[in-house]
Amino acid sequence: MRDLYESQRAMRQMRKAAMQRGVVAVLDVGTSKIACLVLRFDGAAVIEAEGIGSMAGQSSFRVIGAATTRSRGVRFGEVNAMQETERAIRTAVQAAQKMAQVRVDHVLVCFSGAHPRSYGLDGSLDLDGTAVTESDVAQVMASCDVPDYGEDREVLHAQPVNFAIDHRSGLADPRGQVGNTLATDMHMLTVDALAIQNLFFCIRRCDLEVAGLASSAYVSAMASLVEDEQELGAACIDLGGGSAGISVFMRKHMIYGDAVRMGGDHVTSDISMGLQVPTATAERIKTFYGGVVATGMDDREMIEIGGDTGDWEHDRRTVSRAELIGIMRPRVEEILEEVRIRLDAAGFEHLPSQQIVLTGGGSQIPGLDGLASKVLGQQVRLGRPLRVQGLPQAATGPAFSAAVGMTLFAANPQDEWWDFEIPTDRDPSKSFRRAVKWFKENW
Amino acid sequence: MRSLIKRHPYERAARKTLKRAPRDPAPSKWRYRWQRWMLTRGVRTTLRIGTPLLLVGIIAGVWTSKPENRALVTGKIAEVQEAFQNRPEFTLTSLDVIGADEQTVADVQTMLPIEFPVSSFDLDLEEMRATVEDLYAVKHASVRVGDGGVLEVDIVPRVPVAVWRENETLRLIDEDKVVSGIIETRAARRDLPLIAGKGAYAHLEEALALFRTANPIKEDVRALVRMGERRWDVVLEGNIRLMLPEENPVAALDRMIVINDTKDMLSRDIAAVDMRNPMRPVLRMSSDAANALRRASGRGDIN
Repeated sequence: MRDLYESQRAMRQMRKAAMQRGVVAVLDVGTSKIACLVLRFDGAAVIEAEGIGSMAGQSSFRVIGAATTRSRGVRFGEVNAMQETERAIRTAVQAAQKMAQVRVDHVLVCFSGAHPRSYGLDGSLDLDGTAVTESDVAQVMASCDVPDYGEDREVLHAQPVNFAIDHRSGLADPRGQVGNTLATDMHMLTVDALAIQNLFFCIRRCDLEVAGLASSAYVSAMASLVEDEQELGAACIDLGGGSAGISVFMRKHMIYGDAVRMGGDHVTSDISMGLQVPTATAERIKTFYGGVVATGMDDREMIEIGGDTGDWEHDRRTVSRAELIGIMRPRVEEILEEVRIRLDAAGFEHLPSQQIVLTGGGSQIPGLDGLASKVLGQQVRLGRPLRVQGLPQAATGPAFSAAVGMTLFAANPQDEWWDFEIPTDRDPSKSFRRAVKWFKENW
Repeated sequence: MRSLIKRHPYERAARKTLKRAPRDPAPSKWRYRWQRWMLTRGVRTTLRIGTPLLLVGIIAGVWTSKPENRALVTGKIAEVQEAFQNRPEFTLTSLDVIGADEQTVADVQTMLPIEFPVSSFDLDLEEMRATVEDLYAVKHASVRVGDGGVLEVDIVPRVPVAVWRENETLRLIDEDKVVSGIIETRAARRDLPLIAGKGAYAHLEEALALFRTANPIKEDVRALVRMGERRWDVVLEGNIRLMLPEENPVAALDRMIVINDTKDMLSRDIAAVDMRNPMRPVLRMSSDAANALRRASGRGDIN
């Protein structure tokens, strides 16, 4: 864990350096597509227009290059075939660079798979009635009980969610306040170390430096949840190609993150198997005619399946849209049921507001909101990512919410564990200083 | 797989284009690197500025590598330069020498071999100034191009302070001990004192001081003669010699003038006044006066 702690620190430094240089890329490594956006940071551009408030830090950057490519070698949001993934990343990065006309050296990466698992930690510290200092904050975070999350796993996010002094809870910034006990709640998300290593390796093979890592469930929630949803409590379901990411937000912090290893690709493969068509055809049929709620009209709407076998009968099959929906719906229901189970396990029903936002490419299935509200609860809406400056029209759909969220993550990330001071007793130079101080005070 | 059904050629052609699998657009590793390299800021700048420069450089280099092209360029430059320099604004038509006597003016005109009209670009004024200053009679000169095509030579002549006779040659000397000219006869510069004798030139300052001291008897002084390279004789009208001492001759001469003022010494018939020992001035009478004295005292002539 020390290792990743250090490397996360190093990545933060690199992100700062990249922002100083002004150009940074974000990369969404997904199962069905890889998206790359090139951002240029050139100070806060003041937008003078009617009805535009403060842009919450989003006006400090501009998207100058965007490219997507069909993903290869990625399954369930994890790297499956290194060479293929590397080629796919290279394609996306090259196209985005070409559009931006600038060379990019640093990328911030998000991915959906690698078995995310979330933990709630808490720790407390005796203050003896003094004011809270920065080192106290570091100390209380270091005092958190870290569960045994396994040897082969790494911490991806570790964010302090809440601070409490004595009996006053819900503090965002406890510094300077006086009390007897400082307590904190932290949310920690761990992922498979091997999956991260593979992804790192692929990106390094493209001559790029990783300046940050994030879970795509987390960042797509940042892009598609509106502010009060983040404040009051909401879940964001990112229906991707290979996995469905779940993240629960409360008081603007992620308090739970998970992923269901099922997604749009499974729907496609169901269609492919059910209709006996190649995957590419199945994907096309799904995107053109897919749906989850059948009506009487759908029985009469016949879809030409097509084919290239040379068998006339086989190549001219047709299928009614109702049949197609009959294939898709159970799978979509299964995914949503699985999500429901995860949310129940996380205690989502205890939140004050139970808004559920569906985003990701899978949320574009017609009638999904109706189905989802039956499975997940009444408050379901379809989310689209925030508009950021310079984003091409083609990249404004819900399939890009992770990529757009990553831009927000790049511009102003939340404070994570490694952004705080290293606690005094862990830092060798500081502990020496403390010894000197002790001597001075006692002699 | 080959189709079992015979198709119309048009259909087959249409299918062929359709059938092509989605091309994998991934760039090769080297192509990717090449593109990244080309997008590097320094490389882009170098290419944008360096390439045109290099192109122009190559073209210029190839063109000038042929000798006839180089000759063309130099010839053209010389032609334009010539045409410009020969414009009437820069043409000089006459020489004007200011501040010198006729002899010096004639010397300057012969020393500067300029054929008018001439362009002012072709003249080296500094060299001409040096040439003019080489003249003995010229202390300082300045040469400039004046209005109306006149080359003006402004001369500050040397002012002689004494005439120096050596080996029957009469030279004019100025304060800096520079010989500024030669005169044929003493009568040409009667106003200047004459110095003579071996070593006179080397002690010019002393001689001039003596002349200044001898100002009350200036009318009578004919010359200052250096005797035995160590002391001065003042030669007066009527070949009267005032022999001055080696040490402090000015004071001795002063004293003599005072004696002259009181005793009217010089109007008497004397041959020399010997002041070599300043404590004991000795008066030598002319032989006539001595004989007359002797006769008067009844001792007869010496010779």
